[in-house]
Amino acid sequence: MRRLPPLFQDWFSSKGWSVHPHQIALLERADEAALLLIAPTGCGKTLAGFLPTLVDLATKSHSGLHTLYISPLKALAADIRRNLSTPISEMSLPIRVEDRTGDTPQSRKKRQRADPPHILLTTPESLALLLSYEDAPRIFSGLKRVVIDEIHALAESKRGDQLMLALSRLQALCPGMTRVGLSATVESPTSIARYLACAPKQCSILQADPGPDPDIQMLETEEEPPWSGGGAKYAIPAVLRQIKQHNTTLVFHNTRAQAEIFFHNLWLANDEALPIGIHHGSLAREQREKVEAAMVRGDLRAIVCTGSLDLGIDWGDVDLVVQIGAPKNVKRLVQRIGRANHRYNAPSKALLVPANRFEVVECIAALEAVRAHDLDGEPQGPGPRDVLCQHILIRAAAGPFEAERLYEEIKTVGAYSSLSRSSFEDCLNFCATGGYALRSYDQWQRLQKRPDGLWQLRDPRATQRIRMNIGTIQDTDTLKVRLKGSRSGKPLGEIEESFAAALTPGDTFLIGGQIVRYDSLREMVVQVTRDRGPKPKIATFTGTKFATSTQLSARILAMFRQEDWPQLPQHTAEWLKLQRKVSKLPEANRLLVETFPHDNRQHLCVYGFSGRNAQQTLGLLLTQRMEAEGLNPLGFVATDYATLIWGLDLIANPAPLFTAKNLRDGLENWLAGNAVMKRTFKGAATIAGLIDRNMPGARKSGRQATFSSDILYDTLRKYDPDHLMLKITREEALRGLVDFGRIEEMLSRTAGQIDHVALDRVTPLAAPLLLEIGKVPIKGAAEDRLLAEETKALMREAGLT
Amino acid sequence: MNTYTFTLAGAKLVALPSGALWWPDEALLCVSDLHLGKSERIARNGGALLPPYETRDTLFRLDADIRETTPRTVVCLGDSFDDLDAANALTEEQTLWITRLMAGRRWIWIEGNHDPGPIDFGGMHLAELHTPPLYFRHIARPGTSAEVSGHFHPKASVSRRGHRLTRPCFLLDSDRVILPAYGTYTGGLHSDHEALNNLMRAEALAILLAKPPHPIPMPRS
Repeated sequence: MRRLPPLFQDWFSSKGWSVHPHQIALLERADEAALLLIAPTGCGKTLAGFLPTLVDLATKSHSGLHTLYISPLKALAADIRRNLSTPISEMSLPIRVEDRTGDTPQSRKKRQRADPPHILLTTPESLALLLSYEDAPRIFSGLKRVVIDEIHALAESKRGDQLMLALSRLQALCPGMTRVGLSATVESPTSIARYLACAPKQCSILQADPGPDPDIQMLETEEEPPWSGGGAKYAIPAVLRQIKQHNTTLVFHNTRAQAEIFFHNLWLANDEALPIGIHHGSLAREQREKVEAAMVRGDLRAIVCTGSLDLGIDWGDVDLVVQIGAPKNVKRLVQRIGRANHRYNAPSKALLVPANRFEVVECIAALEAVRAHDLDGEPQGPGPRDVLCQHILIRAAAGPFEAERLYEEIKTVGAYSSLSRSSFEDCLNFCATGGYALRSYDQWQRLQKRPDGLWQLRDPRATQRIRMNIGTIQDTDTLKVRLKGSRSGKPLGEIEESFAAALTPGDTFLIGGQIVRYDSLREMVVQVTRDRGPKPKIATFTGTKFATSTQLSARILAMFRQEDWPQLPQHTAEWLKLQRKVSKLPEANRLLVETFPHDNRQHLCVYGFSGRNAQQTLGLLLTQRMEAEGLNPLGFVATDYATLIWGLDLIANPAPLFTAKNLRDGLENWLAGNAVMKRTFKGAATIAGLIDRNMPGARKSGRQATFSSDILYDTLRKYDPDHLMLKITREEALRGLVDFGRIEEMLSRTAGQIDHVALDRVTPLAAPLLLEIGKVPIKGAAEDRLLAEETKALMREAGLT
Repeated sequence: MNTYTFTLAGAKLVALPSGALWWPDEALLCVSDLHLGKSERIARNGGALLPPYETRDTLFRLDADIRETTPRTVVCLGDSFDDLDAANALTEEQTLWITRLMAGRRWIWIEGNHDPGPIDFGGMHLAELHTPPLYFRHIARPGTSAEVSGHFHPKASVSRRGHRLTRPCFLLDSDRVILPAYGTYTGGLHSDHEALNNLMRAEALAILLAKPPHPIPMPRS
């Protein structure tokens, strides 16, 4: 058992701090193999994690790496380095702390490998990269502890799976290494403990005092929220008033696009020129760093931000969190709220701002859930095999390995503890030869088994390729945006390639808080000029979208049953009443389907309340069925509560489309050739090493050199339907983007009770869907009909008929 | 008919939905950029281990076009193989398949930038072919006319009622036609790319692959 040395006690006293019980507990239990600390934001969680390291290094001499700290964010690593420097310098501790992320200069990275610091702060990707070097055993020799910060944010993602696979390797290199996880409030600490443990060993859980309940309200506005859209422009004056009344306000948004639009409007209304910044993942790094630095200095009164600021970076004096748009997930809301007020035992203060009327309902439901301490959790499945394939390749890059030992290491990872030997062999075979049914040529031997039984890379050149492709974050293809004529200047940020492709010269859009005009696309850089206009023509580019949790959806449906809605603002209550009058309100045990004509097309709207991903799948299944029946669907869009399908023909009797049998039969058939599967395939194939993440030079030399991953998908389906990548894609799609489980949930909940309401115009509840972004086109017969129409029209316009 | 017929330098030509070009008067079938053996070349160079089925798939489609049109002459307009070694690395089955397709007809391999030299297959190996009035070469030569070429893998997009679709296409003006890439593992270059913009006349058409192929004014930047 360890105690706090006098030096540390004096330091705490000199600061006027008392040591928190959980900080002491972590120190006392420092020798446990794995320990998970659950604590709210602002109670010295990170210091608790480092205290055993600091004490150990202060009292014993140690050469080389002692503690590895891993955070999900690069910015967090840099922030922690600054925070640690205070106790270290004030107590004159002989400790060297450095961070290592994708942003660290090459020269320093090289030096860190030769001479590692005592404490290395890094990210899962940088750790994986370190482990791919042949000298990994030397770099990590002597490593005693690993501290994983914000572990709750990693535990539910492939980044987290990759991290735990990396830890299994580290544990093999350093058998005595202990693991500490630091987590915000979560619904199921045991699942995170299982995730952190080195199986079959256990991980204990330490629960800190959760502190007082947050003070959370709906923002009162003079103007009513609009019927649709995500801008929340109506709330600008009220939000600005709140910013003035507080020291520092974080204004959270669910998507980058919404953050951009809101920031733009906020700035236009900012008569007193309050210093307000914007921070999101599409901005250029330089821009983000500028905002972060200004924030740390306390120069900013508010930051308009997205999930890129979700995690525990210590911004000091934040005393208000504003959430714009429905939070989609109660747990995330609670964690965001925790960002306000880093004083222990003071309630966090937060305001919810629905962007439209439907979100009013969702916000109220979320508020009620927070007050009831009802956090939502989705079950976690077994570890994904695309990440496993990448891990095998990383292991191979580090040098020859024995398959049996690697398999044993992998089985110590909670998510992979039930991995079968044959399933592992499939992955190894895929890494070694591509795993094709066709007998491969010699060239297809990426890994070879040596006479001594060890596996090694056939061509050492492959290591570079493996290292370049490390990581599991799904980059959508993005393009840099630059002001025209500033080739060497800083880029304004990045936009998604699909968004860029839809632009025509003269279109204006928002980036980094300013309006720019699209000029051209040159060598994969979007060239723009500044625009002085008051309003961008095209307001959106897609950002991250979350699905509303099952639990929130259920709360909303329960709310719809009420006769009246005293807890809702009057405007929203009236909107729901209007929907009830012209059509119906959706019910938990019935499925509402509306049909109506709009804008020269027939529409069908189904209110499944199954979350965005499942509603998307429903759209794909329904349009497939409609296509088969010659109903000419053209496309659809899905939100968390409904799917809207449009097409050329009226659907007179939609009920047969919704029978459970039809939907389930359709699933298998449909999984084969749809866009979601192709997108999932692309992601999984990139992670597993089939497709390069970024092909250097390929793009510059002309786009005809690269071809779509859809072609690979189609080819495999045609010639090698049992291939591992297709299996992985299916597993992945079913639990992630496809989310068929929630369709099943909806089917059993509604039990075939379908209410079809046919109308002559769009309904109050359906109207917002018409404005949704992320429409999915259907490549079917209707498309050929349109192509013919368009051909005629274009040729006529050009006088070429 | 699922085809699109046009004339170039007085020759009547037919764009097939597969991306092949058919010249009925000469009984000549022309395909461009087959890129056979692409996955093999990439694997050989330590790149990705792509599914090794593209050669089979490309030959399957070529076989179908040959059966449909029964040409006297087949012109492969360059980049038929992803590199010269890829030509030698074909499986015996694939080699026999190509030999079978070649049997009983005149077969011309035009050199491309990927396969700039002779290969072990029969037929004629030419830098370019002149069958009056047309010239067949891999890369278009600005300032010439009556020219059939490939190389660029052109594709184009149209939007209609908010729906955007992209297809490989032929590019056609009064001087030349550029063929889409025929090979399975091939991407495309948008017709609004500088290189194609500069090459094609203002009134050029893009003929999008579909059944039948659809002509539109060539999208430009």
